Amino acid sequence: MMLNIEEKGAVVLIEVKEERLDAHNSGELKSQMLSLFEEGKNDIVVALHDVRFVDSSGLGALVSGFKNASARNGNLKLCGLQSQVKSMFELTRLHRVFEIFPDTAEALASF
Amino acid sequence: MNEKIEVDIKVPNQTRYLGLIGKIGEDIARTLKKYHGDREELAYHLNLVLTEAMANAICHANEGDPEKEVHVSISFADRVLNIKVYDQGQGFDVNALPAPDFQNLEEHGRGIYIIRTLMDRVTYEKYAHGNVLEMQKTLK
Repeated sequence: MMLNIEEKGAVVLIEVKEERLDAHNSGELKSQMLSLFEEGKNDIVVALHDVRFVDSSGLGALVSGFKNASARNGNLKLCGLQSQVKSMFELTRLHRVFEIFPDTAEALASF
Repeated sequence: MNEKIEVDIKVPNQTRYLGLIGKIGEDIARTLKKYHGDREELAYHLNLVLTEAMANAICHANEGDPEKEVHVSISFADRVLNIKVYDQGQGFDVNALPAPDFQNLEEHGRGIYIIRTLMDRVTYEKYAHGNVLEMQKTLK
């Protein structure tokens, strides 16, 4: 799975460079986030600009990251959701859980 | 002329084939002659229900066994889209699955809910070598 991981001050930016975030690759995103938590990096922005398709496993990986960040007094925020991807969050009511920003700069500035 | 489409495909029991099957669903949505709804939304939804049903067959019913296979059959006739996903596993009771708990944030349990929300009719029944998840939707 193609992920760009970059530290932006105290926040880690994960850019998902895939068209699909699904049951095939979401496990890798989940384990990358777990590695960051183990290093004490608990504030994360996941940028989904390139992702045009997400399934329930992809959502599950993001939920896992959100729960782990919250349990460590951190936060996981999202940015760059394409309209169909955003509708998935609405369908599963997860848009009420995550803080979602239009672009990366706004998401990073919100910490 | 009444538009009839039949697609039958078998793939190994591996998640790497999810994208391929999902793409076929998208292409069907874009190819249908008469559809008065939002085609791009339908394309996403068909990609999604195929991906969810296949992932369920691969990871749960077939327990990730690479020796098994998943058979997907998509047909369209008389405005009714019918998708069948055959697994080779023990099966589970699709009607016994609860709706996701929206109050408590769970990592799993949204797949069948998504399928149920987007399709008109969903059943899961035994066949000779396993079980078949059948999903129907009337397209207007």
